[in-house]
Order: sequence, then structure tokens, then C-alpha cells
Amino acid sequence: MVVGPSLLSVKDLCFERDDTQIIDSVCLDLSDGEILQIEGPNGSGKTTLLRLLTSALTPTRGNIYYRGKALSECRFEYLSDLLFLGHQSAVKVTLSAEENLSWMTGRSTVCEELLSALDSVQLTGYSDVPCYRLSAGQQRRVALARLLISDAKLWILDEPFAALDSQGVALVEDCMQKHLDGGGSVVLSTHQPVAMKAVRRYSLMDQAIQGAV
Amino acid sequence: MISNTGFWAFLRRDLLLINRRRGEVASPLIFFIMAATFVPLATTPDAELLKDIAPGIIWVMALLATLLSAESLFASDYQDGSLEQLLISPQLIVMPVLGKVTAHWLTTGLPLTLVSPLLGLLLSLPTDGYLPMMAGLAVGTGCLSLLAALGAALTVSLPKGGLLLTLIVMPLYMPVIIFGSATAQYSIQGLAWTGPLAILGAMLALAIALCPLAISSVLRLTTIN
Repeated sequence: MVVGPSLLSVKDLCFERDDTQIIDSVCLDLSDGEILQIEGPNGSGKTTLLRLLTSALTPTRGNIYYRGKALSECRFEYLSDLLFLGHQSAVKVTLSAEENLSWMTGRSTVCEELLSALDSVQLTGYSDVPCYRLSAGQQRRVALARLLISDAKLWILDEPFAALDSQGVALVEDCMQKHLDGGGSVVLSTHQPVAMKAVRRYSLMDQAIQGAV
Repeated sequence: MISNTGFWAFLRRDLLLINRRRGEVASPLIFFIMAATFVPLATTPDAELLKDIAPGIIWVMALLATLLSAESLFASDYQDGSLEQLLISPQLIVMPVLGKVTAHWLTTGLPLTLVSPLLGLLLSLPTDGYLPMMAGLAVGTGCLSLLAALGAALTVSLPKGGLLLTLIVMPLYMPVIIFGSATAQYSIQGLAWTGPLAILGAMLALAIALCPLAISSVLRLTTIN
């Protein structure tokens, strides 16, 4: 098997804010079909690290490489391949689930794929209800329905299980598994143990990768 | 990644969002009308005196009404994470920004322009002044919206940024208000009013070209936290 440059590689990444070192020399490697869980207690910089990976923040030192190329050289390519789901799920509360999903994915509201994605996240019957009438978990599901439609290669998910019930968690895990099987990759942060066997874990406290390879 | 990153997509979405909360659009408009109504009550209903100050008052009220609505321009996108999604979209965000500002103008500047004859009537604006005033407002409120958006972008991450926004943007409004009220003033005095209007037009052209660029860079800076 030919070993090409890995999908995402992070070298000596540092981030400082107001003279406080938030991220200190993080080194990571992620190949196609791999899933990496970022671990650490509250305030250890999980979200900051993920936001650095999405290029929303610029690192004070260090580099991120996408398929062997520095991010500054392939920004368009990288961002086109990226799906980021943050703490705030970008769901517009005045729009319906259908309209939100259509906006996020660029598909039309009558698109079959879109409706079936909403069915899969158990929002059947809620698709034309304004999102402010939905519960926090249901709003989260609207955002997660993006995962079912997305053709992005790399998913960066910040606390994807927040506000979800156990059924919702299973749904997201299932979704990630399909994505991995299709050659995609996932970076996620969560406090919950992820019930997937191939998960590698990166701990921001001891700065080491553990788990299956 | 959000794949809708064009001008029209954002214009359409923002108009849809504004349409869902129509009350918020009506507030600046009602403020515009009510505040201007106070002037004859507080000073004098004398038509001779009012006609000289009418264009100035209408312009000041239009300015304040625009500022009132400016804070919400990026606030909800910032709070719900849409702005973050926009910033990590592969395309440049200049066109989406312009789309959002256009939606803002269509729902504040344009209605203000359309109801301004009513204020003209209340403030006994001479008949010659109506057309120049409306033309001036149509062009000038475009500048006001673009500059207000710049202020909104600068203050988006602050919890109570409204007042700061006003302080930042006010000085930038000076040339707009000078030439805006001059447009109506000149026509009342029987002078050619197309001169100040042309300068307003030039300012709008400059603002359309530069403001979206400035706003995009500012959004990138202010959302780093």
C-alpha cells in the first residue's frame, strides 16, 4: 500500500490569547477513514483547537497541512472539503427545519434527499415548524441532519452529542461510521465515551494519542 | 461548509428572516415618524420657520432610525454560529456581506425614503423639496446602511454594542448628512440640487466598493475570541 501524505497533519500548533498559552505545541495526524476524539477537561482548549483546525482562528505558531500542503496554499480546497459543526449550530430559529437544512446544504426544500435526512433525525412532521418551537435537542438534530447530506471529506464536530438523547447519540455514531466507511475522516470533541471501535483519542492534558490505529 | 455564499442567496435569506420578524422592521420606521412629529410640537407649528429646518430634521431622524436597526445586522448570525460558518466558507465573504447590507437597506432605508413625504407634510416642506429629498434619501440611506454595517461588524462581539456602534459611526455620517440635507435645501432655495445629489452618489459608489471589503476583514478580526 502506498502511503501518501495524511489527510490532515498538525505540526507544533500553538495559540496564545492575551499572553495566555491556550494551545501548546499540539501535533496530530489524521488519515482517510480515521476518527480522532479530542479529550480534555473544561477549559483545556478543545474548542480552540477545533476552531484552529477550521482556520477560523490563526495559530500563533505552527502549521496545519492538508494532504501535505500548508493550509495557506490550499485554503479553498481545504474549506470546500470541510464540514464544521460548532457549539452554536447555526440554526436560524425563525426558519423551519426544512429551510434551515436547505440553506446549510444548498439543496432545494423539495429535494428528496433533504426530506429523508429530516426523517432520519426523527423530525418527520416538524419540517415546516419554525425552529423556535423545537426543543434544544430537536434544533441540534436539524444541524446534525447536515451530516447526512454533506459530501465533505473531513468533519470537525464540536460536542456533537450535546443536548441529544441516547437515540440521537446512536444516530450520530451511526452517521460517523458510514462516513468513515466511505473514506471520510472525523475530528470530534466530546466528554462522552464514543462507542466506536476505531476511535483514537488525543488528550490535551498529556498531549498524546491513544487507542486503536 | 455552507454552500450558499452568493450575493442573491444572502439577500434572499435575510429578507426571509426579516419577513419572519416584521415588528423589528417597523420599529425604526415608527421611530422615524414619531420623532419628527415632536419637532413642530416642541418648537413651533409655524410653516415659515419649519420649512427651513424640515430637510435637516428629516435627515437627522433618518440617520437615527438607521442606527437603531444597525445593531441587529450581524448580531443574530454571530449568536447562532452562522457567522462562523460564513467565515469558514471557501469563498470570499464580500458578496454575502453586500447581500446582507442590501437586505438591510431594502428594509430600512427604502421604507424611510417612501414614508418621508409624510414627514415633509408634517414639517410643511415646500412642494419643490419632495423629489430632491426622496432622491437624496434613497441614495444617502444606502451610504448610511453600509457605514452602519461597518459599525455593526466592529461591535458584533460586544454584549451591549449599540451605543458604541453609534459613537463609531456618527462621525462617518457627517459628509452624508451635509450633502443629503443640502440636496433638499438647495431645491427649496431655487438652486440646482443635482450637484449635492451627485456627490451623494459618488459617496455611495465609494462605499459600495470599499465597505464590504472593510466589513469582511473586520468580521474576521472581531470574531476571534
